[in-house]
Amino acid sequence: MAIDGLGKILKEHPFFADWGDDYRELLAGCATNHRFEAGEYISREGQPADVFYLIRHGSVALEFPVPGREPVVLETLHEGEVFGWSWMVPPYKWAYDTRATELCRAVSMDATCLRGKCDADPSLGYELFKRFTPIMAERMQAARLRLLDVYGSAR
Amino acid sequence: MARLRLEIDRLSDFLESLGAEGREVIGPKVVDDAIVYAPITGVEDLPKGIVDEQAPGRYRLNDTGGDALFDHVVGPHAWKRYLYPPEHRLCSMVASADGFTVEAEPQQAPARVFFGVRACDLAAIHVLDKVFDNGDFADTGYNARRRASLIVAVNCGRAGGTCFCASMNTGPKAEAGYDIAMTEVPHGGYFVVEAGSPEGAALLGPLGLVEAAPAEIDAADARVAEAAQSMVREMIPDAADVLRRNLDSPHWDKIAERCLNCANCTMACPTCFCTTVEDTTDLSGEHAERWRKWNSCFTIDFSYMHGGSLRRSGGARYRQWMTHKLAHWHDQFDSSGCVGCGRCIAWCPVGINITEEARVFEHLEQGANHDGD
Amino acid sequence: MAKTAPIDGGAAADPMVPRPFRIVRRSRELADTFTLELEPEDGAPYAFEPGQFNMLYAFGTGESAISISGDPAGGKLIHTIRAVGSVTDKLQALKKDDRVGVRGPFGTAWPVEHARGHDVLIIAGGIGLAPLRPAILQILANRQNYGKVAILYGARTPGDILYRKELEAWRGRFDTYVDVIVDRADAGWNGKVGVVPKLIDLAAFSPEDTLAMVCGPEIMMQFSVQALERAGVASDAIYVSMERNMKCAVGFCGHCQFGGRFVCKDGPVFTHAEVAAHMSVREL
Repeated sequence: MAIDGLGKILKEHPFFADWGDDYRELLAGCATNHRFEAGEYISREGQPADVFYLIRHGSVALEFPVPGREPVVLETLHEGEVFGWSWMVPPYKWAYDTRATELCRAVSMDATCLRGKCDADPSLGYELFKRFTPIMAERMQAARLRLLDVYGSAR
Repeated sequence: MARLRLEIDRLSDFLESLGAEGREVIGPKVVDDAIVYAPITGVEDLPKGIVDEQAPGRYRLNDTGGDALFDHVVGPHAWKRYLYPPEHRLCSMVASADGFTVEAEPQQAPARVFFGVRACDLAAIHVLDKVFDNGDFADTGYNARRRASLIVAVNCGRAGGTCFCASMNTGPKAEAGYDIAMTEVPHGGYFVVEAGSPEGAALLGPLGLVEAAPAEIDAADARVAEAAQSMVREMIPDAADVLRRNLDSPHWDKIAERCLNCANCTMACPTCFCTTVEDTTDLSGEHAERWRKWNSCFTIDFSYMHGGSLRRSGGARYRQWMTHKLAHWHDQFDSSGCVGCGRCIAWCPVGINITEEARVFEHLEQGANHDGD
Repeated sequence: MAKTAPIDGGAAADPMVPRPFRIVRRSRELADTFTLELEPEDGAPYAFEPGQFNMLYAFGTGESAISISGDPAGGKLIHTIRAVGSVTDKLQALKKDDRVGVRGPFGTAWPVEHARGHDVLIIAGGIGLAPLRPAILQILANRQNYGKVAILYGARTPGDILYRKELEAWRGRFDTYVDVIVDRADAGWNGKVGVVPKLIDLAAFSPEDTLAMVCGPEIMMQFSVQALERAGVASDAIYVSMERNMKCAVGFCGHCQFGGRFVCKDGPVFTHAEVAAHMSVREL
């Protein structure tokens, strides 16, 4: 797909909604469009993490493989959301599996490409990390909230 | 109403007429080194010459050998025990083939006279009146007992060591809501009395009392004024707002370092009304009863919900009591819950004084405000 | 906040004495949750407002404050109860035709009337769906009086979803948005996994014209309120249902006080604006 087209797609996604056009065009160079079928695994825990994804349509389950048991679904993510932060943190390996739970259209952002552009322009890096941090904070809060087991039995 | 003169040697006639028609007279009496409210049969039951020495965590009685019957002030009892007993049965249930049936309690509201109600305690009764008829619900037992009890108020001629009714605008003079009010003038050997209701007037009428002379009235009023003047303790005027603003203060935990959570203050307080309901069955399992009993917000299970108690720390429980009494009560019942009787100060085993603590909160707040200067 | 006088609390009846009601139907909802349909000895219909509760008495054991979860228009008294203590355990052991003591109805109601003409968000967690069910039924019975209606529900696991069939039926109506999320699941669950605030983020509604009714564990309500406020819903358009220890339910025992409010008669339904300041004070 032409870079122009991807720039437009990025603009439609909430993650990039408040970026300036110039940054968006710059990042469109790192973007690739994807389609995942229901049940298809997008990432595997432990594999090199060299992308993050913007979900355009559909849903994705974050799973953890547990030996001897069905994989546990940690969280589901949906249209308009972002997943994959392992590309930001050495050793850059996926922390969990991700599986499309239905037909899914997503845009991947290539990490090597991004890291290169951020090294060249640290203010780009700041903008990227500034937007990722609240997402990670929200995920952590949600995880802690579930750890509290608020619905659990008191006994 | 006219202010009349009652000679000390006519007091027994007066008590007799109070106790006529089957009325039980409850009045101050020395029992176990404290002045309590108990049934009295005559003048000889009254604590003649007894004066109390009250201070934070201290209560002692001294026999002065004098003639004053009412120079002591309030003791550990409050009139709530006669309007809202420490324990009473709400209802009984009997198991049946179909399940169970409920039997309501027959109303027990014996005709009584509360003899010797101080202004602070009269104010406390009025405070409880609003609790037990709150606009949505009325406690049938409390209201029946209230209607069945006549009130003979006594205006204090002496301030106790922990009293602060003057700063709470609840005394030492009883203003309204009594059937009869009395002010003792011990050195004159008389009381100045007045009716405050038709029932009071009806009781005084047959005694044929003469109107008190202006000098006698002045002497009585002077005693009460002196009591007001000599009160050493006072509550800060804006305690409610100070406490509302300082719910997060670290001082609550400081108080908790001393507080034993013994609940004495709530038991002695004339307006504390919290109760619990306890269920019992007999050994056969066929009969069940529901009992209402006095309870205290200081107990750990007072705020228990599935999982645990909400107010686990002593500081949180002390805060609940003090902020309810001095601040939240206004939101609930349009008045303070505190009447300045000083019982909580005297009966606290470690001598915590709410007038002092209120001052500390105010002081801490002012200190914090000046930190930026 | 509208106060509703209890049917039972009139001058004649002592508000502290329970009336025996017969269990006409009993069903199991979840492993620890069951529903009782109760009828008074005289068979009279039971009138109540959505959000109100009764004190239910188990012979010899005691009382528990339980929200009413039936249809306000139906005249039947229905309670969905979770067994969490000695009284509710006893109630769980009762069978059809056994008797339960009832006092009530008590408390303030969900703002079902007030919400007319607005979008409505019903947000429930765990057993919190039970006190909201009467509001949902009343709203759906008069659906044309409301804007967008959304029911957002969170549970621990798929096996803990309360009223599952009803949720599916509500979703099956073409005029109601229903979304469910669980704290944890295995791959057999194809729905959402996460926390209730996520459902709020994902739902479409006009925040300036929405009334939200939130019910569930206090922490869940707090997080949901935060998500609603982030989305732009005003604090006085958010309603929560508070819970406290209750011994009398009529404002006499003092146990249910929350910063001066008696949860039994000033609540349990409050606007968030009314309680926000006190909800953030520890151990209040």
